Amino acid sequence: MRKRAKPLKTKARFASLSELDIAPCYSADDLKGWDPHRELGTPGEFPYTRGVYATMYRGRLWTMRQFAGFGTAADTNARFRYLLDRGQTGLSVAFDMPTLMGLDSDDPRSHAEVGYCGVAVSSLADMERLFEGIPLDQVTTSMTINGPAAVVFAMYLAVAERRGIPIDRLGGTLQNDILKEYIAQKEWLFPPEPHIRLILDTVAYCSQHVPKWHPISISGYHIREAGSTAVQELAFTLYNGLTYVEAAVKAGLAVDTFAPQLSFFFNVHNDFFEETAKFRAARRLWAREMERRYHPKDPRSLQLRCHAQTAGCSLTAQQPMNNVVRTTLQALAAVLGGTQSLHTNSMDETLALPTEEAVKLALRTQQIIAHESEVTNTADPLGGSYYVESLTNRLEDGALDLFQKLDKMGGMVNAIEQGFPQRQILEASLRYQQEVEKKERVLVGVNEYVEPEGRHIPILKIGPEVEKAQTERLASLRAQRDSYKMAGSLQVLQEAAASQENLMPALIDAVKANATLGEICAALKEIFGTYREPVVL
Amino acid sequence: MVVATKPIRVLVGKVGLDGHDRGIKLVARALRDAGMEVIYTGLHQTPEQVVNTAIQEDVRAIGLSVLSGAHNHLFRRVLELLKAQGAGDIAVFGGGIIPDEDIPGLKAAGVRALFPPGTAMHEIVIFVKGLQR
Repeated sequence: MRKRAKPLKTKARFASLSELDIAPCYSADDLKGWDPHRELGTPGEFPYTRGVYATMYRGRLWTMRQFAGFGTAADTNARFRYLLDRGQTGLSVAFDMPTLMGLDSDDPRSHAEVGYCGVAVSSLADMERLFEGIPLDQVTTSMTINGPAAVVFAMYLAVAERRGIPIDRLGGTLQNDILKEYIAQKEWLFPPEPHIRLILDTVAYCSQHVPKWHPISISGYHIREAGSTAVQELAFTLYNGLTYVEAAVKAGLAVDTFAPQLSFFFNVHNDFFEETAKFRAARRLWAREMERRYHPKDPRSLQLRCHAQTAGCSLTAQQPMNNVVRTTLQALAAVLGGTQSLHTNSMDETLALPTEEAVKLALRTQQIIAHESEVTNTADPLGGSYYVESLTNRLEDGALDLFQKLDKMGGMVNAIEQGFPQRQILEASLRYQQEVEKKERVLVGVNEYVEPEGRHIPILKIGPEVEKAQTERLASLRAQRDSYKMAGSLQVLQEAAASQENLMPALIDAVKANATLGEICAALKEIFGTYREPVVL
Repeated sequence: MVVATKPIRVLVGKVGLDGHDRGIKLVARALRDAGMEVIYTGLHQTPEQVVNTAIQEDVRAIGLSVLSGAHNHLFRRVLELLKAQGAGDIAVFGGGIIPDEDIPGLKAAGVRALFPPGTAMHEIVIFVKGLQR
């Protein structure tokens, strides 16, 4: 006799991952008054809901860009070559914690963190080794760094110059988004005002000298990882973007000289349709707000181009192979959302930095989506779905509500000082945690379908020899450099910092004089001061 | 007659350079909601700062979150400083990204408990409540 299937337990509430209530079915009634010409347009045209390019992935696939970095510059250089040899199309540098905090590898505060979460870069010599043998004019490089972003960028420009590559041929992205650091990732060096000035200096410098470079990658990724909802991620990220645009315009830059080079970076979490809708809403909202506020003449100033990364916080230490499946679904959502570039997490990233095997599988996941699933044949394949259009509308509306609240607080810097975005994110993360603990949300392998422990996958180990090697290299650099010239370069830098001058030329001179990252950041702190966050709990 | 019991005082915070404070804030809130007095140190603390605060505040336990890979150094340093200051009775526990193979060594060094990613908050509450001085 056939066993009768157990009836499904009815959920108390059907809601998206961002707590939007979801109806049993969507129909034309949910899109009353919705005009496809106004809300969608065609791909490559205002308001860009369907994508920033007319041909989307038929014309060009997204860039497969795996974030990589560990150990010494030489170790990471080898990983870069491994990835490029296997068909990766762009580089993305992960720096270690000391570098992200503007500290040298031999600083006492760096002890035991050198080369762990990324590559250690303390000097121009380290940067040269990092990119040895890699044609900087043929690859694009993304550098995930914020507090000391301008210093690291100066190093990259100096490497190109030494190799005889004109800097106007360099392409890539500097994350350089300090507002989301105060909100979520928490790696800052200075107070907001001088930090924003440093960002504007890189923006102005790029628009004049490095036109193919994206000087800021306005990032929602870390906001989401800190526990926000999709609506909060969308709202805070775009509002941060508008904050930079406003600051640049106030500083006298014409919008069309820099806005086309702004780029964005979003998380892709588990809620498949909501995430796809988020990318669509982001493009439409950015285009509309930029148009309304600045009336740019260059249509590229209205186009939101982005990178996406699958959600690190969705990975589980329990049954880590399951992470491959989660990542595949998230990657597909980003592709259906029309991303320009993508990082897929490796299954072991909740335990450690990825092994070569794990990162290869993550890259292969993208390649299978790109070449086997046929989802790339047409632009915005979910466009016109009652459900997806309805979600897109709701995400846009939710973000606009938060925009209004932020406006009332006098802008993002004030809101951060009042702890507003931090508190919103904390509350969302608490609600999510409670839902998981009450099993209102099922996490496979964590609160359901649990197996007795055993996380038997190999993980990458970083040994103490990295710190030792870095410390020795720095000692020999300090012994051999022209310390008179080095000290002079820092003095010039401090004078520039105290004035209104663009800091990039002085930074480039300082790195070329072999001043280290830590020395440069310490010199700037003397002028700019430091920052203590308001504690939100 | 009801004798008022003093609430448990516990310090929680982030040591080292990483800024991942989502987990530790959840822990801080859970302990506070369970009626404990929680002292949250915030980010980027050195082991020296943590130990000084713990002694000044006379806490029963210190909970530290490390997601930077520096756990082997940082937990041991905190334990060493506590012992040197005659405060070895303050219990140290933690969480974050800590590979399985590092756990026995840290426990042998004196870390009382390590809670991996995915731990339910009530487990941590029960653990701290169970600590005797």
